Amino acid sequence: MFLFILRRAGVMALTALCMTFIVFLLTNLQPNLEKLAKTQAGSRITDAEVQSWLERNGYAEPILSRYGQWLGVLPGALTLAEDGTPESGRCIRGTTVDSVDEVPRFCGVLQGDWGYSTKFKVPVSEIIGERLARTGLLMFWAFATMVPLALIIGVLAGMREGSATDRTLSTFSIASTSTPEYVSGVIFVVVFASSMVGLRWFTGSAKSAVDGITFENFTLPVATIALYGMGYIARMTRASMAEVMTAQYIRTARLKGVSFRNIVLRHALRNALIAPFTVIMLQFPWLLTGVVIVEALFVYPGFGNALVEGAQNNDIDLLLAVSVVAVVVVLITQLISDIGYAFLNPRIRVT
Amino acid sequence: MAKRDYDGPILEIENLSISFFTRMREIPAVMDFSTVVQPGEAMGLVGESGCGKSTVALGVMQDLGVNGRIVGGSIKFKGRDLNDMTPEELRDIRGSEIAMIYQEPMASLNPAMRVGRQLMEVPMIHEGVSEKEAQARARQVVEDVKLPDPERILKAYPHQLSGGQQQRIVIAMALMANPSLLILDEPTTALDVTVEAAIVELVKDLGKKYGTSMLFISHNLGLVLETCDRICVMYSGEAVETGSIEDVFDKMRHPYTQALFRSIPLPGADKNSRPLKAIPGNFPLPHERPPGCNFGPRCDYFQDGRCNAQEIPMVGIEGDDRHDTRCLRVAEIDWDAPVQAEKTHEKGGFGKTVLKMDDLKKYYEVAANALFGGEKKVVKANEAISFEARESETMAIVGESGCGKSTFAKVLMGLETATDGQILLDNREIQDIAIEDRDTKTVSSVQMVFQNPFDTLNPSMTVGRQIMRALEIFGMGASEAERRDKMLELLDLVKLPRAFADRMPRQLSGGQKQRVGIARAFAGDARIVVADEPVSALDVSVQAAVTDLLMEIQRTNKTTLLFISHDLSIVRYLSDRIVVMYLGHIVETGTTDQVFSPPYHPYTEALLSAVPIADTHVEKRRIVLEGDIPSAMNPPSGCPFQTRCRWKSKVPGNKCETELPPMRDLGDGHRTLCWLDEAQMDEMEPVIKIAAE
Repeated sequence: MFLFILRRAGVMALTALCMTFIVFLLTNLQPNLEKLAKTQAGSRITDAEVQSWLERNGYAEPILSRYGQWLGVLPGALTLAEDGTPESGRCIRGTTVDSVDEVPRFCGVLQGDWGYSTKFKVPVSEIIGERLARTGLLMFWAFATMVPLALIIGVLAGMREGSATDRTLSTFSIASTSTPEYVSGVIFVVVFASSMVGLRWFTGSAKSAVDGITFENFTLPVATIALYGMGYIARMTRASMAEVMTAQYIRTARLKGVSFRNIVLRHALRNALIAPFTVIMLQFPWLLTGVVIVEALFVYPGFGNALVEGAQNNDIDLLLAVSVVAVVVVLITQLISDIGYAFLNPRIRVT
Repeated sequence: MAKRDYDGPILEIENLSISFFTRMREIPAVMDFSTVVQPGEAMGLVGESGCGKSTVALGVMQDLGVNGRIVGGSIKFKGRDLNDMTPEELRDIRGSEIAMIYQEPMASLNPAMRVGRQLMEVPMIHEGVSEKEAQARARQVVEDVKLPDPERILKAYPHQLSGGQQQRIVIAMALMANPSLLILDEPTTALDVTVEAAIVELVKDLGKKYGTSMLFISHNLGLVLETCDRICVMYSGEAVETGSIEDVFDKMRHPYTQALFRSIPLPGADKNSRPLKAIPGNFPLPHERPPGCNFGPRCDYFQDGRCNAQEIPMVGIEGDDRHDTRCLRVAEIDWDAPVQAEKTHEKGGFGKTVLKMDDLKKYYEVAANALFGGEKKVVKANEAISFEARESETMAIVGESGCGKSTFAKVLMGLETATDGQILLDNREIQDIAIEDRDTKTVSSVQMVFQNPFDTLNPSMTVGRQIMRALEIFGMGASEAERRDKMLELLDLVKLPRAFADRMPRQLSGGQKQRVGIARAFAGDARIVVADEPVSALDVSVQAAVTDLLMEIQRTNKTTLLFISHDLSIVRYLSDRIVVMYLGHIVETGTTDQVFSPPYHPYTEALLSAVPIADTHVEKRRIVLEGDIPSAMNPPSGCPFQTRCRWKSKVPGNKCETELPPMRDLGDGHRTLCWLDEAQMDEMEPVIKIAAE
């Protein structure tokens, strides 16, 4: 098992390296860099000035060398002023230093330096950390509501296929999963948070949640995300459960006198969870990036919001960091998914 | 729950009728079925698929699903009517008083639960015993069903066990609560013959040891003869004849029972001098049953206006013990009249050698890990296969699953290419030519009839179109019209009405589909036809007709037939020569008489002993093989059969374990792969003896 995880970790590192290089290549295309130069040094500068700005800031070097610097395996580019003090370079963005000795030689991802955000004027790691924590909180509560509810609905619907319970719950699942978040979110706000209906149970904005979440400000965004994902997982669970309930080993259990309750809990459940488990794990990366809409709707400055800001403002380092985090999250959830799958399904055992 | 003591019969079924309800109509599955099972008695329920025998079993269990319902009659277990019980009462009885053993052991065990847990559950539910005691009991029962290393087995998941071991676990599970009635629904159909023999032996022993009554459901008459005291023959939802094994087997009093026995290959039947007698017509669909006697339209003794004018009741046969039949004409028919053979044939001679295999080898390389490589393992699927087949000869290739018989067929067909050795077709080497590189003539001259006619026809193409497509590929006929004529001739050849050309495969029965498969195989004037278990998916009454058809076409076309099968009864009936395979090796080859009489190869001996024969006059020596077939990934050293051979101790030294025996010639082309010397070979006694009448 340990060897399996080690091997998977190796493959993951390799995948991450390839993925980050591709993202790096795409965000560092020449037009992007020129645009960056113009936003940083003034929009009316000449082409020659753009070129010299790029050179001074280390953007003119070959792409592989820049990628190496970003990773932190090559020394960071540094331009010295005529008096010998460091003038500009990737390791001193956003700070001022007086002598060369104070400048770190390497300043890449491996050293924990994710670069400097041109939009927010702070180091990227600060933004990422903060935003990830916020979105993480949102996702945690969304998952904590969505997964148990979806599994309960799916199991209840699937254990007696074709019954009234099944039809009711299935209708609900289909309805919930076919309502996009921007529709259900708006409906929620109108019904529960506006003077139009007058319920005013919750607040329509989650902006105050930045300072501390409360039942009032966090329920609607969580519910919006959970509702959409829930229907999907519930449908998968139901299909899987319904199939398991017709399996011959369920008949064996029934004919050896096991009660219906124990048939469902002891014999069917574990087998029925194998298929939806993968789906649940796939929801993680989807939520991380798909959360954009909900964050925008409820004015919650989270990870999705950072992605949008980064993309809109040509904030190369931020965009890069956001993408890398997304890639890493996908890879980690897939690893967990595979390990969990092997745990649920004894027929798949790692050797 | 305390078990009830009861003196009367364990199970009394009276006039039971079960129907399934669909949106369209009510479909009666079982009608007016009555039977009694006494304590300690084993009752065999025999019939073809769709006759309602499994429905009876599920009816006893009261587990007919949403659509099934008992519409009449009673099922009394120890005097209490199961139909009137509440779900709680039923749950108490299921598993503790009545237990069931199923057809497919893998599917009937929970894949995500350890075997031990599944066993322990039974006493924990029914007797409320502690986990520790349940575990001790489970261990005991696993030992009772003769599984090695009980501790390991209890901790294993079902997929880690072989098919035979899984079935032993299912049996163990049924025995955990020491039930009064055991229902076995085709318990060995999914298993190999030698494994089947071991399981049957086990069930019989355990039945004696625990005094359990049994309801044994099977389509195999031989198996019922070996295991049961009484038998009930079912046809189309009704019991047609019931009585003791001796009465029904030797003094059958229903035309269906008689026809059934005449259509199965028993020792003594011969394709030339005493051919099988197929039952004409088809099994009626449940909603298209004829009026009166269900068997009427297929019966030789049918009388219009009488057999189809009234409901036929069960009547007792005087002088016999509880021997009943559902036939009006029981007193009028001369039951002892000798079988009138439809036609006999002269034994034809064989022509020149068509196919020659010389030292054929096929190895597969299997990587231990798909993604990262790792060490490669070699699976030796075929090892040194050599034989010759002549024109119009039937060559049977016999062996259990994993013996390499299908691999051999694939190499011959060109679906795989050989690793080493030669295949000569009319003196041309074809072992290295894959099917897509073969010329039309080679492709059309080596054809195949597949095992499962249900999957091998394209469901969205008419029967005629499929045959014409084959003709087109084989380059037969210059125009569409010519091919259509040829196709119609082929339908005549396989005795299907010409109107079938425009039918879809789903409108055909299993036997008819297999006829289409045969027509397709012979479309290009095939010289060699490989028939891979062509009748094993078909019902007994249809098997005879399809086999006869194959034989007849072979006779007229002078085709070489390679008949792959695990069923030695049918092999004995139709083959001229036999090749016995085990773990990729040919272990014995010779004419049918040579292989079926001593001296045997030890594996052939066990195989012959394992095949159930539905004839009370046959005496068989019991040779039960221990253990399972070794994996081809990890074959034993020396002789492939040494791990299960009972003759091993007779060979001096440990030659069997260290050296592969040579292929020895015992004279007249009878060859065997064994270390035993001639004196020991001569000591061998015949496995099957036909007692004098």
